[in-house]
Amino acid sequence: MSERHAPSRRELLLASGALFAWAYVPKLARAEGRDPRFLTIVLRGALDGLATVAPVGDPDWVSLRGDNALTLDGKTPALKLDDFFALNPAMPNLHRMFKANEAIVVHAAATPYRERSHFDGQDVLESGVEKPGATYTGWLNRLLLGLAPADRVSANGGRAFAVGPVTPLVVRGPAPVLSWSPRRTLPASDDTIMRLLDLYRHTDVNFARVLESRSKLTAIAPPGSMERKPIGQIFAPDLAQLRAYFSEAAGTAAKFLAQPDGPRVGALALGGWDTHYNEGIATGWLAQLLGALDAALAAIQDNMGPAWRETVVVLVTEFGRTARINGTNGTDHGTATIMLLAGGALKGGRVVADWPGLKPANLLENRDLKPTIDVRGVLKGLLKDHLRADDHALVADVFPGSDDVKPIAGLLASV
Amino acid sequence: MTNSRAEAALALHRFGFGPVAGSIATIADDPRGALLADLERPGAGRVAAANLPNSGQAARALFEFRAERLAKEKLAQRAKKEAEAKGMLVGTADGDAMNPNGNAQTGKPEAPQNQQNQQPSLPAQLVQNEAKVRIEAAVAAEIGFVEHLVWFWSNHFCVSADKIVSMAGAYEREAIRPHVLGRFVDMLTAVESHPAMLFYLDNAESMGPNSVAGINRDKSLNENLAREILELHTLGVRTGYSQDDVTRFANVLTGWTWIGLGVPNRGGEFVFVKRLHEPGEQTVIGKTYPDTGMDQGRAVLADLARHPATAAHLARKLAQHFVADEPPPSLVDKLTKSFIDSDGNLKELAKTLLTAEESWAPERTKLKRPFEWFISALRVTGAPWAVGRVMSGQALLGEPLWRPPAPNGFPDYESASIDGLSQRVDIATNFAGRVAERVDPVALVEAGLGPLASAETRNTVARAESRAQALALLLMAPEFLRR
Repeated sequence: MSERHAPSRRELLLASGALFAWAYVPKLARAEGRDPRFLTIVLRGALDGLATVAPVGDPDWVSLRGDNALTLDGKTPALKLDDFFALNPAMPNLHRMFKANEAIVVHAAATPYRERSHFDGQDVLESGVEKPGATYTGWLNRLLLGLAPADRVSANGGRAFAVGPVTPLVVRGPAPVLSWSPRRTLPASDDTIMRLLDLYRHTDVNFARVLESRSKLTAIAPPGSMERKPIGQIFAPDLAQLRAYFSEAAGTAAKFLAQPDGPRVGALALGGWDTHYNEGIATGWLAQLLGALDAALAAIQDNMGPAWRETVVVLVTEFGRTARINGTNGTDHGTATIMLLAGGALKGGRVVADWPGLKPANLLENRDLKPTIDVRGVLKGLLKDHLRADDHALVADVFPGSDDVKPIAGLLASV
Repeated sequence: MTNSRAEAALALHRFGFGPVAGSIATIADDPRGALLADLERPGAGRVAAANLPNSGQAARALFEFRAERLAKEKLAQRAKKEAEAKGMLVGTADGDAMNPNGNAQTGKPEAPQNQQNQQPSLPAQLVQNEAKVRIEAAVAAEIGFVEHLVWFWSNHFCVSADKIVSMAGAYEREAIRPHVLGRFVDMLTAVESHPAMLFYLDNAESMGPNSVAGINRDKSLNENLAREILELHTLGVRTGYSQDDVTRFANVLTGWTWIGLGVPNRGGEFVFVKRLHEPGEQTVIGKTYPDTGMDQGRAVLADLARHPATAAHLARKLAQHFVADEPPPSLVDKLTKSFIDSDGNLKELAKTLLTAEESWAPERTKLKRPFEWFISALRVTGAPWAVGRVMSGQALLGEPLWRPPAPNGFPDYESASIDGLSQRVDIATNFAGRVAERVDPVALVEAGLGPLASAETRNTVARAESRAQALALLLMAPEFLRR
């Protein structure tokens, strides 16, 4: 049993997060009298960008997704962002931020990764390196090293907590990391249980029976299918936990970042986005998960207090999902998706997109939303304008191989 | 080669503690030979424990520790009373000064913070040090068959740390390990004469009604140990012995006790005390044993060890553990015969298990016991571990180390532990969360299961939404849960 925990780190954890030690604050930005905060949230499992921010103005949209297409006048109408895009109705807080010019949606974005493996996709997303498995450090860590080289051996660096048990790759590396774990613990996720159930139904009926009773899922489905009962009957308790957990994880990060002498840069990872079966875009699983995420964003804003003005939160996922709905009322692994940016430091209220279109010919391999924006360009723009990372470091250290990917300018309110 | 790799993986899961990276390939040439070779390693079954106290030393240390603590408490009480007599408030500097653990500067009460933030207390330390050696041996073993046998016999002859915390770990090293490939009669005698067992099953206090001490103190038998030896350790329940046999056997065992813990240098060690021993001959299961003092008990144990019911009982239990809840009767017969023919030679018994064709049935129906499963997880991932955390995990899985609920040990059949699958998922999830980012779960399917992995399991792992989930799913795959 490790006893090196900080007082707030008492429990096991499911999501993971890390903040950088105080020594690694953005020095240049500080010199300008600013005190920027930057939080990266990795959504693991591949978020369905089209189900989160729907291109309701695209003439091919409804025919592409049919009943699953969010629209402005559906049973659960999407929240209008502009004349072309609308937000999933599960995210009223993000909508409010957008309307207050404190949120930006980037659409049809992707990392340079073009295969469809979660692990490799997350590797590329979090390492910032074009090939999966090529490095054990994350772009955020390497960025911080560059921002505060003089402090590498400072006393504050040594004060960092031991690296937590689940440090996301994006923050791993030589810069000291201060890890914390939410107090709240989650049992194995519903998603894990569902996958095991499906495996057991095909391989070990005794195990299947036990897990079914665990989740009180006995009635959920005939063997071999992966039907989910409606939210509210069976999954509600776990969803409440999930919701509380997301909020606590993100909200705690914000509390740390808000402190006058706290860390300024952090990251956390939230899982559960791999929606192959009964995706539940408007009212089901995904909607609930997005609602939990939305509540987490609200918690961040609340807990940041006045520091919200100097905050940028960026939400990224390894890749998107298929443009069309699959045979089990879900979506499979795809390519382009969205990035969500929130925070008072943004010049928000905009959707940044170079829309590729949804006609079969417009889709990548006639299946995925085609990427037109490189995730690294957005990140480079934010790192440069918000944290004052320099161009050379961004290419040499943070996102090697990204020479041709220009930082996207103008995302920040006052530069 | 594929078949041989499958058999190698089977060998590691069924008889060992599961593969480590590369071990399937290492033994693929001759899996059965590799297991047999595990029995021939010099020192097989032993662990390096030079720095660990023996059971007597541990018991005396704990006795002194508790005596000193009691003295401190008495001193503190005395000081409190004196202070009250002087009309002073409790907890003033005076009172704290009398208290060696107190903090005079802040005047804080001593108890909670001092005890929680420092090293584990002596009893916990004793158990943790022993546990560390045991877990290390299982994790580091090339195959782990002999370690697995140690666990099997240790559970068969269990004691509980809830009753005798100081000796629980040392007992396994002293009474089980030296004989795990030796003669059953030697293990049986070592076990029943070990102070941990004598205290655990109450024989230390038992005295013959007609013994000198029994007469003088007007005390008599405690039948607990005698009954459990017959019922659990040797013959098995309902094998024909009577209450009279139990009572007679209890008489035989009177005088088997330990030296008082306060006796310097020897406290806590085994001793035969004639003063406690019931005089006269005793008839146990149809045979009359003259009163030869301690040898009377040795003679009964020797006959019990040779009894055909004992052979059948142990054969079935062993087959049940390694092969299936309902093992093939032909396998049980082979093991029974081996036990009888070899006069209870446990190495021969292990060899018979390994060479019987029934032991290699490709159907893997047997659910690994929770902690065996967790050891498999540590081995296949090569993950670092800390003894405290691992022990907490054991407890969560329902198998707190050396703390079985009853003298029959932890249960070893599916219906007893399958409901714990739910805890296993949570443990797997949390474990995977800690270690997954340093491993490649897809590669671990190969390293951990190889040809045993079903297409469904491979797909399930490959399609997981994160490395952590993939690893949790692998550890929870039926092929990984079953041996």
